[in-house]
Amino acid sequence: MSALLPAGPQAAHVAALWDVMLVVTGIVFVAIVAATIVAVARARRGAADAPSDAAGATAGEQRSHRIIWAAVLASTVLLAGLVVASAVTDRALASLPTDGALRITLTAHQWWWEATYEDGGVHDRFTTANELHIPVGRPVLFTLAASDVIHSLWVPELSGKKDLIPGRVAPHAWRADRAGTYRGVCAEFCGYQHAHMALLVIAEAPDAYAAWAERQRQPAAEPADDAAKRGRDVFLTSTCAMCHAVDGTTAQAQRAPNLTHVASRRTIAAGTLANSPANRAAWIADPQAIKPGANMPPHALRPEDARALFAYVDTLQ
Amino acid sequence: MSVATTAVTPPSAHEPERGHAGARIVNALATVDHKRIGLRFIVTAFAFALAGGVLSGLVRHQLAAPQSTFLGPDAYDQIFSMHGTTMMFLFAVPVMQGMALYLVPLMVGTRNIAFPRMAAYAYWMYLAGGIFVYAGLLLNIGPDVGWFSYVPLAGPQYGVGKRSDFWAQLITFTEVSSLLIAISVITTAFKLRAPGMSLDRIPLFVWAMLVTSFMIVFAMPAVMLASTELLLDRLVGTHFFNPSEGGDPLLWQHLFWFFGHPEVYLIFMPALGMMSPIIATFSRRPVVGYPAMVLSLIATAFLSFALWVHHMFATAIPELGKTFFTAASMMIAIPSAVQIFCWIATLWTGRVRLTTPLLFVLGFFVILTLGGMTGIMVASVPLDLQVHDTYFVVAHLHYVLIGGAVFPLLGAVYFWFPKITGRLLSERLGRWHFALLFVGINVTFFPMHQLGLDGMPRRIYTYAAETGWGPLNFVASVGDMITDVAMLLFAVNVVRSLWRGAVAGPNPWDAATLEWAVASPPPSPNFDEPPIVGGREPLWDAGGIAGRVRGLAHEPPEALVTTVVDALPDHRYALPQPTLWPLVSALATTALFVGSVFTPWAVVWGAVPVGAAMTRWFWPRRWEYRQRIAVERSP
Amino acid sequence: MNDALTRPDGAARVLDAKGLPTYAFGNRSVMWWGTMGLMAIESTVFALAIVCYFYLWTRIDRWPPGVPPPALLWGTLNTLILLVSVWPNQFTKHAAERRDLRGVRIGIVVSLAFAAAFLGVRVLEFSALGCRWDTNAYGSIVWLLLGLHTTHLVTDAYDTGVLAVLMFTGPLEGRRFVDVSENAFYWNFVVASWLPIYAVLYLAPRVL
Repeated sequence: MSALLPAGPQAAHVAALWDVMLVVTGIVFVAIVAATIVAVARARRGAADAPSDAAGATAGEQRSHRIIWAAVLASTVLLAGLVVASAVTDRALASLPTDGALRITLTAHQWWWEATYEDGGVHDRFTTANELHIPVGRPVLFTLAASDVIHSLWVPELSGKKDLIPGRVAPHAWRADRAGTYRGVCAEFCGYQHAHMALLVIAEAPDAYAAWAERQRQPAAEPADDAAKRGRDVFLTSTCAMCHAVDGTTAQAQRAPNLTHVASRRTIAAGTLANSPANRAAWIADPQAIKPGANMPPHALRPEDARALFAYVDTLQ
Repeated sequence: MSVATTAVTPPSAHEPERGHAGARIVNALATVDHKRIGLRFIVTAFAFALAGGVLSGLVRHQLAAPQSTFLGPDAYDQIFSMHGTTMMFLFAVPVMQGMALYLVPLMVGTRNIAFPRMAAYAYWMYLAGGIFVYAGLLLNIGPDVGWFSYVPLAGPQYGVGKRSDFWAQLITFTEVSSLLIAISVITTAFKLRAPGMSLDRIPLFVWAMLVTSFMIVFAMPAVMLASTELLLDRLVGTHFFNPSEGGDPLLWQHLFWFFGHPEVYLIFMPALGMMSPIIATFSRRPVVGYPAMVLSLIATAFLSFALWVHHMFATAIPELGKTFFTAASMMIAIPSAVQIFCWIATLWTGRVRLTTPLLFVLGFFVILTLGGMTGIMVASVPLDLQVHDTYFVVAHLHYVLIGGAVFPLLGAVYFWFPKITGRLLSERLGRWHFALLFVGINVTFFPMHQLGLDGMPRRIYTYAAETGWGPLNFVASVGDMITDVAMLLFAVNVVRSLWRGAVAGPNPWDAATLEWAVASPPPSPNFDEPPIVGGREPLWDAGGIAGRVRGLAHEPPEALVTTVVDALPDHRYALPQPTLWPLVSALATTALFVGSVFTPWAVVWGAVPVGAAMTRWFWPRRWEYRQRIAVERSP
Repeated sequence: MNDALTRPDGAARVLDAKGLPTYAFGNRSVMWWGTMGLMAIESTVFALAIVCYFYLWTRIDRWPPGVPPPALLWGTLNTLILLVSVWPNQFTKHAAERRDLRGVRIGIVVSLAFAAAFLGVRVLEFSALGCRWDTNAYGSIVWLLLGLHTTHLVTDAYDTGVLAVLMFTGPLEGRRFVDVSENAFYWNFVVASWLPIYAVLYLAPRVL
């Protein structure tokens, strides 16, 4: 994750501004420190009993004043230049073309990201969590919302951040021009697990994206074997269905990440763990051990129920 | 007690230093001597700074390695919140106000601060607030939502328990304290100056504290209002910040940062005021460009109220508005630049003596300037949107606060320690302290710029190794330990010097301002016969001390009140004498504030003892009355 | 301008302060500056609270939301009482500056009577607001604005009461007359600061 390795125009504009500012402020810093060092080094040394020079100080005062005014003028000009550079970058950021943008409603929760893809008609919408796939070269237009406290969306390689504030919706746009996996974080302190609220943004070729989106639109596949079927029953009759949704079943709650395709994601628990069967099992058994304070309670299931449940979750590809 | 000038002062009968233990304790609790109250503020503030430093040490220990299990999120959140809250509210502002309380009356040539009982009350309120919030931390119900306590996280729905109430009420304690001291400083600087010390002869430190005090008067009400609204939301169900009922979380941010931005300048500005006398003394000449220096202070103060939205660039505020704040945030660098250039010119044209105070001042030029450069960067909206709420900002704020306030403050301690205690700090230990601190601060905070650019957000209790943030975090934690050693050296220096330091006379540095005209430590009252001032550097200028004021009584102790602009003598004012009522009033107020965190009725019931105590405070005491009547003269 | 303090021959000058008075009125006195400081702080609080009112207005379409604006009767009556109270208050102030103890005693008691009146009517104003503090954000801000001002009315009345007692029991000295004068100055501030708050609470939702 680096703001200086831009993968899209928004981050690239800022990286260019950074370069300008680094050079200008670097020169000013060196100049001021050098002037200070020279002033001390060359000044006639004062012994402990050197008399004070209140009257004699006025000689040479005029020259000091002229130099100070020149330095102030130079500083003002440089600062004005930086204000202009900043404004130019602002305009560049605001002029990202958003025609044909992929529309996503991103809602931040304590401590996960809910994403609803709005492209196409009502039947083309789908909801996922914590992992976004986007097509390279096509702008993405977010509608940002927060369900509980203030969060902030930040994917440094793609764009500067934007806060998600309860009671308001805000637009935010970026575009990825390079395929890759870009990690984002929540950048506004939002409680216990602010540290573990990552967002993965996977930019891929348009057809790869289209294939992914099509898979996301499908409801959960009918489980093939009995263990998975039993697992689905466990899921629907224990506390899981009170918070999580799996499309194609009666579980439609929206208080927690949508799990329809959870097994196909690269991470779970908002980027905290790599997504493997073992990690999924550990997470379901005791989320508090991994993300203390998270809103998901531990589950003390009977071993056979647990195994069945894990088998079912494995099918949610 | 050595006396080098004509300021001979017998010990006051009303501030006895000897006597049996009980009398001394009562005397200490009842004091109205600005020097004792100011010193209390300074010592207490450094004690809180030590606590804040311990907390930051815990933070650095936790972050030194990825996935550390040293602290869980609950403990970590309380610790980082208390670190910021301590440093900002319990150290930085009170220590500067303490220095002002101690030095301003001496520098303007008067016997005491204006409203000394109010200053005493302000100290007790500050101490009570600090104890209150630390009680919360020690009971594991400390504030845990950061030093700026954003809603809705700090609100009634998500801020469970009393934690945010402890924070919000701490604000009330400390802001009441600071506001009252500000009034005292303004009144002293305007009305109690020695005759002849016209406005254009006031020392630059006094100007800085005067301007700071005005800033306090107009900035702190914003955070008091905000914290009151937060307490009301949490305790009695108001909806100031509740979006479901018409409130707005951004209202909190506007109110808080309208205070919060001037807040950092009212920490920075006293330090600017300390820089000038130190540079002047050790360049053996007055600071270049006195009028420009004063106007820069005033310009900085005004501009600082026009910047607050730069803390909110990532929120949904109109873009055009943000551009204004970018321009203002960059332009405020100009008055600071004027001051820096004037100081460099002073050094350049003076005869430099490299003492420890000056070393710390030189540290400012490096560290604050670097922080100022990153400040210009974060002033830009687009750049800020990448580095906001990351370790880049943590680096920036520590560079400006430590370089801009702590280094000058430490220089000021080395400079005025001999005046306050009568003994000099060790120069040798001082140089080591400076060198280690300079290195430690840079090793701790410089890597954080890179960490922010690499994606590390603020306020995370841990991070994964795959992020690659481990090595630089480790370096920063090592830097923190170097800083700890440096401050340990400082503590050793202070303790040793108190016992065995070289005895300082009244003016060991041959400095120019009036505090150096009296004995070290200064007697009580400061001046038996206050000076008449004839120049800007009273101890350097020929005719700088043009005469003396006689006839001010000691029973009651009187101060000379002069006119605002020209400091012409106007009338005599009987100063208050030691009394316990400020302490009693502070205890009553504390009960009211603490109680109101638990029930709104505490405001009603608590008002009774507060009213009673303050009435007794105001009510004239017979013996004082008789003293005043004996010398009364009507206008 | 400082020549008066330096003798022409440059020798050290002695100023004998014994001839100076021990108290003074108006901005010559330190009490005035202390009072001004408090007034500056409180004005800032009021101004910011008024800003909060209008800020919240921008967030809501219908204002006031769900309730009518506060009924005009008690608020307008209280505004009149406050304005009229300036008269005995000024009388007290001028009596103090003449060091007329009898005048001060009369004026301050009359002022206290007005204080009782406007405190009583203020209670009625709260009930006429038409909402509770926890109804919605509008309710919260109007109760806060009215509550902040009421706190000042209460403390001002209490201060005046304490001074009134002192004027009758003593011990009395010159600087007590300065206290009376400064208290009157503060009273005027409490009245003056009410006017914009009245306009915001009662008039703005009807006019804007």
